[in-house]
Formats: sequence, structure tokens, C-alpha cells
Amino acid sequence: MNIGSVRDDALYMDELSQKNSPIHRLDPRAKIIASVFFIFTVLSFNRYEIFALISFFAFPVFLLVSAELPVWYLMKKVIIISPVVILIAIFNPIFDREAIFVLAGTEISAGWVSFLSILIRFFLTAGSVLILLACTGFYEVCMALERMRVPPIFVMQLLFLYRYIFVLLDEGSRMVRAHALRSFSDKHMGMKTFGSMLGNLLLRTVDRAERINCAMLARGFAGSVTMHRRIKFRASDVLFVALWPVLFILMRKYNFSGLIGNLLLVIVK
Amino acid sequence: MHMSDALVSPAVGGTLWVITSALLWYCSRKLKGVLDSIRVPLMGVLGAFIFAAQMINFSIPGTGSSGHLTGGLLLAIILGPHAAFIVISSVLVVQALFFADGGILALGCNIFNMGVFPVFIAYPLIFRKMVSEHHSKSRIVAGAIIASVVGLQLGAFSVVIETLLSGISSLPFSTFVLLMQPVHLAIGIVEGFVTAAVVIFVWNARPEILGGLKPANSGALSMKKFLAVFVVAAVVIGGAFSWFASNNPDGLEWAIYRTSGSELEAPERNLYSPLAVLQDKTAIMPDYSISKTSGEKETVWPDINSETTIAGLVGSLLTLVLTFLVSLTLRWKLKPSK
Repeated sequence: MNIGSVRDDALYMDELSQKNSPIHRLDPRAKIIASVFFIFTVLSFNRYEIFALISFFAFPVFLLVSAELPVWYLMKKVIIISPVVILIAIFNPIFDREAIFVLAGTEISAGWVSFLSILIRFFLTAGSVLILLACTGFYEVCMALERMRVPPIFVMQLLFLYRYIFVLLDEGSRMVRAHALRSFSDKHMGMKTFGSMLGNLLLRTVDRAERINCAMLARGFAGSVTMHRRIKFRASDVLFVALWPVLFILMRKYNFSGLIGNLLLVIVK
Repeated sequence: MHMSDALVSPAVGGTLWVITSALLWYCSRKLKGVLDSIRVPLMGVLGAFIFAAQMINFSIPGTGSSGHLTGGLLLAIILGPHAAFIVISSVLVVQALFFADGGILALGCNIFNMGVFPVFIAYPLIFRKMVSEHHSKSRIVAGAIIASVVGLQLGAFSVVIETLLSGISSLPFSTFVLLMQPVHLAIGIVEGFVTAAVVIFVWNARPEILGGLKPANSGALSMKKFLAVFVVAAVVIGGAFSWFASNNPDGLEWAIYRTSGSELEAPERNLYSPLAVLQDKTAIMPDYSISKTSGEKETVWPDINSETTIAGLVGSLLTLVLTFLVSLTLRWKLKPSK
């Protein structure tokens, strides 16, 4: 990941959260609560669970579709970070060799089952986190956190960090582009160049921070940020928070995929 | 060193969530009233700085592995432990939300592993003890290296323990530890050197900026002087980074890659068994086969025969198709009428 792509990425995620869909209009607290509930339920399965997890795709897919989010883009983001998990998960087939599965005459070891389970968990949880942000937005998340009694100092830090990250990444990617244009796209930046670039970047950012600080003081900053946008818990939010967790509990208790499969087999027979 | 949601169990993740939330609350209370106006944007800038620095990997000489600056110790030395903990936590929250680096449930683990050890153990118990009385160059270097190494060793060990207790991965304790600790020893030494270089520079030019180095509560920071000092520090770090910068895998990934590449011994699964039994007992439908009466036998493994396997496969496929169809209908229904 280079600085430019990280910046574009963060900016695009921000852009996605500005959309106006029924999901975007929901109270951020409702979405956070449902997502956290979702993640907890998914991760509460034992490590050899595969089929029951499949029905949980309903939640991210529902959000993806009704919030009109770019499926492939978010999928790519999840795939990009997947090596970290795969590199740990790959040990399960190595250390866990007992056969528990017989599929078309071939024995499948417990390790491969848990490996697949980890991959599904990973896609569900990482995907739902990205979807949560893409259909909520960071400011709204902060607003929700403030309402959910997270210490105001921490919320303020999140807001400031978020603002400065964009400033820093924005300036940085411009500098990297300028360097690339002047060096025939030489990817190996010299030590001197890199050092002065990062130094300059910090100089500009701190410079800006000082200006913002002055501006804040001039506008009567008294140590806390007041967020003016109001969030309100409406009937649709109540419905969202009530229905999804209930569905998660049902999907946790009853293996929907298994039920459907058995039903189909019975009908076929 | 970021742990992922997929490898954490709710019990482990939840416990660390509670611990880190309590710590965040405690730090916020400690900062209340002490926070001057310049410190608010300063914490933000430093968070962004660490965020950018963490994206750059440096290679560890002679191993082919690489790691990134976690910056915890550096933040503690500049801001003091309480503000530093808040900054580190905020960086991890942004990484988790925007890049799914880590995860929601694993956030507690990640804040604990990368925040608590450098800020509340390595900094006050090692760095400060070694440096606070005599501010000599060698003491700062030694203090930073030892503190970084201890902080990262504890963090890496904590990753191993949390992964093990979660019981999702089958990695044996000894293999995991033997690969995590040496890799993070190397990362810690490099991190110590880089941290020391910045600290010494700042100490020579503007010692009062290092708020965490001595207890004196100096007045508002001079932004201009801070800026001048930090730019040079950034150049020093930048120089070091460009030397180390590489596309090699992260230390954690490398450790695991190395293990998978080497010869492995017989599988051992006993660590997971108690948890599995517990989960099996609490599960309402431990068996996939719904036609059978449940509770025939209590085994660690879900009892699966080929019929239930096929049922599961067919059902899963059908569920996915159904989900897809319902979503399509939803999309069509939700389309705003123009």
C-alpha cells in the first residue's frame, strides 16, 4: 500500500458514506449495535462450523445491496488484507490432521474444515466492518460513540486524527506524485529525498495544525467539540436493531443452510 | 502485529475489550483539565504521523523479514502515557474501520498488545527509570532499546496467548512463541534505535517538548520550535526508514511463513478440547443432521456423515442463492422513483 492509494481509499470510503440510501439514513447507533451483535454471533460458533455460517452472509449482502455499495471494491479490500489471516489459518490443516469429513469418498481433515471456517469468519467480520463504515461514515460513528458514553476526549481525538490523516495523506500523495513525475517513475526513492519529503510533509501538516488551533481559539474553542448534526432514534432504527439481532440468534440456534439442504434432499427423494 | 477478528473468540476479545475500555476511561479522566488547547491538535497530528509511519515497513537486516514502527514508546515520551494511550487507540480504531486491519472484536486485543505494553510498562518502568535522572545520550539509547524490546516482546507474547486462548488456530504454543519472539526482538531493537534517534534530537534542541521525560509541567508548547525540531526528527526517521523500507512481509506474517515452510511434527490438539467440549455442550444443534435425535454422543468433533455434508453443501449454496435473489428484489424495490 503506498500513501497515494491509502489516501484514495480512505477518501473513497468517505465518499461512499455520503450516499443517501435507507441504510445510510439509519441512526449510526443502530448500525453499530447490529454490526457488533453480528460479529459476536459469527465468532461464537465452534471452529469447525461452516454451513451454519453461510446464512450469516444475509446481513452484509442485505447492507451492500440496500445501501448500494460497490461489492467488488469492498471485496477487493477484504482480499487484500486476507494474507494475514490465511498465514495463521494455514496451520490448522498442518497440525489438525484427523479426518472428520467424507465427501465423495475423499477424507477431509478437521484442519481444512477449520481453515475454511476461519476464511468464512474473516470475510464476514472484515466485510461487515468495512460495510459499517461505508454506510455510516466516520463522523457519524464518532457522534454515535459520543452518545454511547465513550469519553469525550477520545471522541475528540478520533475526530482530530481523522481530519489530520486526510491532510497528511493528501499532501503526501501529491508529493509522491510530484516526485514520480520528476524521476521517471523511479520507485526507489533515495534516502535524502524520502527524508526531506517526510520532513516537509510533517512541516506542512503541523503548520496547518497551528493555523487550525488559532482558528479554533478565535472561534471560542473551550476544550470540547460540539457536534451540531443531530441523530435521532426513529422507528426504522428500532426495527433494524430489533430484527437483525433476533435473526442472528435464530441463525445461531438453527442451522438454516442445513435445514434448507435437508428439506431439498427430502423433496428430491 | 494486528490480530484479526476471525482468529479471536468472543470470550477473549470481550475480556480485552472491557480491560481496554476501562483504561481509556481512566486515561480520559486523567487528562481532563490538564488538556491545554494546543495539545488537542498536537495529539491529532502525532496520531496521523504515527499512522503514516506505520504504513512504511522496514526490513530487519539478515532475516528477510520486516516490521513497522509501532510508535508507542515515542508517543509516550512526547505526550506522557495517558495521552499516548489515547492516541494509539485512536490510530487502531481508524485502521480497523477504514482498512479492516484488525477488527471490531479484536480491537481490544490490538489496543492492549500495542498500547498497554509500551505505554504503561516499557515507558514508565524501564525508559523513565533509566533516563529520568541522567539524561545522557547513551542512557537514552539504551533505555529506548530495552524499553522497545520489552514492550514488543510482551506484545508479541500476548498475541500468542490471545490466539491460543481463542482456540480457533491450531498453532502449538511452542512453535508460535519460538517464531514470534525472535522476530519481534529484532523489530524491537530497530524500533529502539529509531525512537532513540528522535528523542536525542528533540532532547538536545527542545527538552521541554518531551513532556513525558520529566515531571515538570511546562507551559504551552511553542508550536514553531516544536515544528522545527520535529521536522529534523522526521528527516532522521525518514532517512532511517528509506534505508530500511522494503516490501518484505510483516514480522508476524514472516514468522508464520517460516513455520509453515519447516518440517512439522505430529498434531496436538489438546489445548482446544476443553473449549470445544464447552461449546458443544452449550450448542443447541451440535449436529448438522436434523433428522436424527440430538444428544446421541458428546464428542469434540461435530459428527458428520456424508449425507449431512451434502445437505450442508446443498443448503449453503441454496442459502447464498436465496440471499442473492432477495437482495436483488430489495435493490429493485428500493430504487428511488425518479
